[in-house]
Amino acid sequence: MILEQTLNKNEMKDLERNSKVQIDKKRIERRILINKIAKVIFSLSLVFALIVLAILLYRIGSQSIGWLNGGFLTRNLSIFPEKAGIKGAIIGSVMLMMIVIPVTLLVGVSTAIYLEEYASKSKIQDFIRINISNLASVPSVIFGLLGLAFFGRLLNLGSSILAGGLTLSLLVLPIVVVSSQEAIKAVPNFLREASYGMGASKWTTIRKVVLPVAIPGILTGAILSISRAIGETAPLVVLGIPALIMKVPTSIMDDFTALPIQIYYWTLDTVLTPEYANLAAATIIVLLVTLFLMNAIAIIIRNKSQKSY
Amino acid sequence: MRGQFSSSYVAFINPREKEYKERSEMMESKTTIREQIRTNIGKRKNRTDQVMPKVFLMMASISVITTLGIISTLVFDAAKFFSEVSLVEFFSTELAPLAKDPKFGILPLINGTILSSLIAMMVAIPVGMAAAMYMSEFATAKVRKIVKPIMEILAGIPTIVYGFFAYSFVTPLLMKLIPTLEAKNVLSPGIVMGIMIIPMVASLSEDAMSAVPNALREGAYGLGSTKFEVTTKVVVPSAISGIMASFVLGISRAIGETMIVAIASGSSKNFTFDITQSMQTMTGYIVEFTSGDAGSGTTGYYSLYAVGLLLFIFTFVMNLIARAISKKFREEY
Repeated sequence: MILEQTLNKNEMKDLERNSKVQIDKKRIERRILINKIAKVIFSLSLVFALIVLAILLYRIGSQSIGWLNGGFLTRNLSIFPEKAGIKGAIIGSVMLMMIVIPVTLLVGVSTAIYLEEYASKSKIQDFIRINISNLASVPSVIFGLLGLAFFGRLLNLGSSILAGGLTLSLLVLPIVVVSSQEAIKAVPNFLREASYGMGASKWTTIRKVVLPVAIPGILTGAILSISRAIGETAPLVVLGIPALIMKVPTSIMDDFTALPIQIYYWTLDTVLTPEYANLAAATIIVLLVTLFLMNAIAIIIRNKSQKSY
Repeated sequence: MRGQFSSSYVAFINPREKEYKERSEMMESKTTIREQIRTNIGKRKNRTDQVMPKVFLMMASISVITTLGIISTLVFDAAKFFSEVSLVEFFSTELAPLAKDPKFGILPLINGTILSSLIAMMVAIPVGMAAAMYMSEFATAKVRKIVKPIMEILAGIPTIVYGFFAYSFVTPLLMKLIPTLEAKNVLSPGIVMGIMIIPMVASLSEDAMSAVPNALREGAYGLGSTKFEVTTKVVVPSAISGIMASFVLGISRAIGETMIVAIASGSSKNFTFDITQSMQTMTGYIVEFTSGDAGSGTTGYYSLYAVGLLLFIFTFVMNLIARAISKKFREEY
């Protein structure tokens, strides 16, 4: 009797354990399933981004077919879509960059050198650093207002290439400063110490040791900031650039149009003239190709210069 | 002094030349390294060395001057605006800057800004977070290598291109789903703005998640957690400060975004909550008004700066919040 009972008890326990294992197995299977579903859902977000990019490029590409040709690049602007070209806009954009590149490089790299090499870990350094990170987050349209009030009205530069270039330079300044700082920071300290050990002064060390090592990083950042400046529209529109500039700019004091501005005005006018959408798409292709080329150059510089010390 | 300046100037043009000269001189006179070091130290009292720090400080102060310039322009010209328009009128719902009897109530603009930013964040937060979780926890190195450039391309596309895309593709597409949608509406630019912000939210959140130490993950795996559980119960809570900061920075970006809304959202100044209708944002107002014919010195011209000041305060506060969040909730390991 007693033996039977104990047997029964043991069997019962076994049974219980089995069922518990089964329940656990079910729970684990469910958790693994959730894990798999989550992985798929998360990866869908990347697929979404990819699809959007593909549609965007495909749409703009297909709209520009037949419109993007040699004539389009070399003709002057016209109100007739068939005769319109973006020669003026291309030259305007190039001249803008001729101002942006030297100004941002000079001011940006100097600021970075000051912050990294000269400023002691002081309040001034902190102040400038916080200031630059704040400046980086100011909306571009506000830089346009600054340009309009300061360069446009106060210095009487109007909506010239010079005013636009200086406004854009201030806009991309934080990018150049931060990337140059990173590049200078990455220069190993023993190079500096060796230079000091030879009795070289600080400026000589910076000029002959730090800058040559940091130059690829600085260039990469500069190219990225220029690719930002070349696509920037809002500050230029706020400067009050007229919608229809027929003549090609010849000096930096001329009124001008640039690629993004041309896209903006053509897009706004598609309601009246549907063909303007094709012109805008063709201009976008020109802009995007320029950007991709610039980024490719930046990547090549970055890959070529990866030295290890 | 003059000679010194010009010689260093020559050296600036062709640094090598001076070097060679010095070196050949050294060889001729058979100077030792020690003597060379001594002459180098002697040169330290060189004028350029004393001037350069000041030059660099001047250059560095340009960024500070820019900030001061922005603030003073906005405040100065906004003050002129408020001397003519009362705060009560400024915060009313009627906006008609070019009417004979101009009205400058900017609530429609604030409303448009908030609504478009909300729509943008409803796209950017879920997709960006999912992408960040996938990239940081699930993806293999191979996938990451492919996806990173795609995100960088998305982030590098100029906003004017997104604006064109919103107006010429997304709006017509949405019109098929919502027949009552107007040609210019706030829904389509909101969505596209969200797409534009996805890379930003994704990369900032991913940075925060990658910074979570592996020991925490391994502890959770050791207890038998799945990847999903590790991600949602360990990694995300540990990185929450960085993730929240990325959301706030995304909102700040959406508020300041200009060209997408200027193109696709139109310029209707009605005070409405209907997202299928055209609305104007603060940025859109600034762009429309300056590219129109706002004469300098009119109340309308100064209203740009009042709106600009408000926009500046909005984004500035957002950035302060982001900084405070990432500081306050940062966990030290």
